[in-house]
Amino acid sequence: MKTGLIVNNVSVTYRNGFNALQNASFKLPIGSITALVGINGSGKSTLFKSIMGFVTLSQGNVEILGYPVKQALKKNLVAYVPQSEDIDWNFPILVEDVIMMGRYGHMNFLRRSNKKDHQMVELALQRVNMQDYRKRQIGELSGGQKKRIFLARALAQDSEVILLDEPFTGVDVQTEDQIMALLRELRDEGKVILVSTHNLGSVPEFCDRTVLINRTILAAGETKTVFTQDNLQQAFGGVLRHFVLAGDTLHEDDDTRQVTLLSDHERPVVLYGNEKAETITQAGSL
Amino acid sequence: MLALFELLSEPFYFGFMQQAFIIVLLLAIPSALLSCFLVLKGWSLMGDAISHSVLPGIVIAYLLAIPYAIGAFVAGISCAIATGYIKENSRLKEDTVMGIVFSSMFALGLVLMTKIESDVHLDQILFGDLLGSSGQDIIEVAGISLLVVLFMVCKGKDLLLFVFDKQHAQAIGLPVRFLHYALLSILSLTIVFSLKAVGMILVIALLIAPGSIAFLLCNSFANMLKVAVLVSCSCSFLGVYISFYLDSAPAPTIIMLMSLLFIITFIQTTQRAKSINLDVPDTQ
Ligand SMILES: Nc1ncnc2c1ncn2[C@@H]1O[C@H](COP(=O)(O)OP(=O)(O)O)[C@@H](O)[C@H]1O
Ligand SMILES: [Mg+2]
Repeated sequence: MKTGLIVNNVSVTYRNGFNALQNASFKLPIGSITALVGINGSGKSTLFKSIMGFVTLSQGNVEILGYPVKQALKKNLVAYVPQSEDIDWNFPILVEDVIMMGRYGHMNFLRRSNKKDHQMVELALQRVNMQDYRKRQIGELSGGQKKRIFLARALAQDSEVILLDEPFTGVDVQTEDQIMALLRELRDEGKVILVSTHNLGSVPEFCDRTVLINRTILAAGETKTVFTQDNLQQAFGGVLRHFVLAGDTLHEDDDTRQVTLLSDHERPVVLYGNEKAETITQAGSL
Repeated sequence: MLALFELLSEPFYFGFMQQAFIIVLLLAIPSALLSCFLVLKGWSLMGDAISHSVLPGIVIAYLLAIPYAIGAFVAGISCAIATGYIKENSRLKEDTVMGIVFSSMFALGLVLMTKIESDVHLDQILFGDLLGSSGQDIIEVAGISLLVVLFMVCKGKDLLLFVFDKQHAQAIGLPVRFLHYALLSILSLTIVFSLKAVGMILVIALLIAPGSIAFLLCNSFANMLKVAVLVSCSCSFLGVYISFYLDSAPAPTIIMLMSLLFIITFIQTTQRAKSINLDVPDTQ
């Protein structure tokens, strides 16, 4: 396994003294999609910020493709798709201008765009299927379109590591599937992708790996080993809806297997097997 | 016919009017460019704060017998830095902190003025002396204008990205701290060198109004810059011109024109939004 991203024993304390993250460690290989799963306030955004050096680490370090963070950013290796709340949607800027900002790291100091830059913007628009919206002001888009624009900016940036903070919040299932399909293409091109979400249902479907977070890393590794009932309940605690459909409610024979359904109000995750189901059989929307 | 032409061209015959036209136009351009960034960054009151804060710097510079511009610049930039520092380290919002810092500094300046005999006149700082400006003033304002325009040509796109999405700017390795302080420094310089000529009240207006009018009208940043410069230059020119006939002070006349334009723009854009909403009852 060739390592793309190493987070090594990272702790973050905010100025008000709040310990948002403690001793977080995990590794992500090149050519993988990883889900960063945790409840609100569990430190997902904080983890992204520490990967990019936006917050000072009180302990630990981060390595991106073998480089320390600062150097990796200078080399334009990291693309970041921000949370929607972090963007001022009234800003007078057109869709194509936002995507062109992904190219700034490739331009000279006057930021003059050349033919290649325009081609990359065009390609990115096509890949997220937003060609018809290039002249729109960004506030005139739907929730899903807004996410796709910032994903397109990451595509135009052509970086090796892509970090997406809650790209599925406020997005319909169809857009979510589109974004996920695109991320899988990128994985196959050898990118390192980290997606934060609290949308349980899509994780086992789409992500090779999972990192469970709640102010520290609860579990990290391949989805099928991380996504167990124990781990999920630890990560979500009381927030999780838990239904067990077992034995006689499910069928009339004496099969003792049961269906376990864990939901955080969006897509549920379905665990099928004997008590304390350990692997995921299937997930889907209800 | 000829008489009418003579009447209309009368303002251009006087040397002091010619200088006033040149100065306001030279100043209208950099302040319009800056106002676009300030309005979008949420720093509209930064111009207000910095221009009040320069007062103690000017008095102290007089005391130390150094050029007033140095004292004014140091005081102005200290206000901006103090605001940033207190905001980072407290729960207060930026506008509150700004208000505290600049009112304190302005008051300090006023107190110093009563204790120290100096050639600083509050009237001049507040209202400037547009009609009494010298060739030296023109050179200074031209210099600052050139500096701001050059900076915008070289770093305007980086600044835009910094204002729009600081995280992306950081993620692609742009020097965001440099951009932050560069914007504040260039703003302070503009204020310092225009105070003497046009006064605080006009500077503050020039640093907010063009950007906000353009913001109401534009969908893209490139257009916003153009509209802001157009608004700023035309109001400044017309303001000086009209003031000649009204026998009013030029600075408030310019501001009145911009306010009028703002009101018209506001009504027009809200009407347009309403009619669009009526045409398309359900955009969901
Ligand atoms: N700038 C900040 N100062 C103080 N506390 C913060 C700051 N940003 C986030 N926090 C706190 O840190 C915790 C984690 O926040 P965050 O990383 O945004 O969580 P998530 O993205 O998982 O919802 C929250 O309890 C939040 O209140
Ligand atoms: Mg978050």
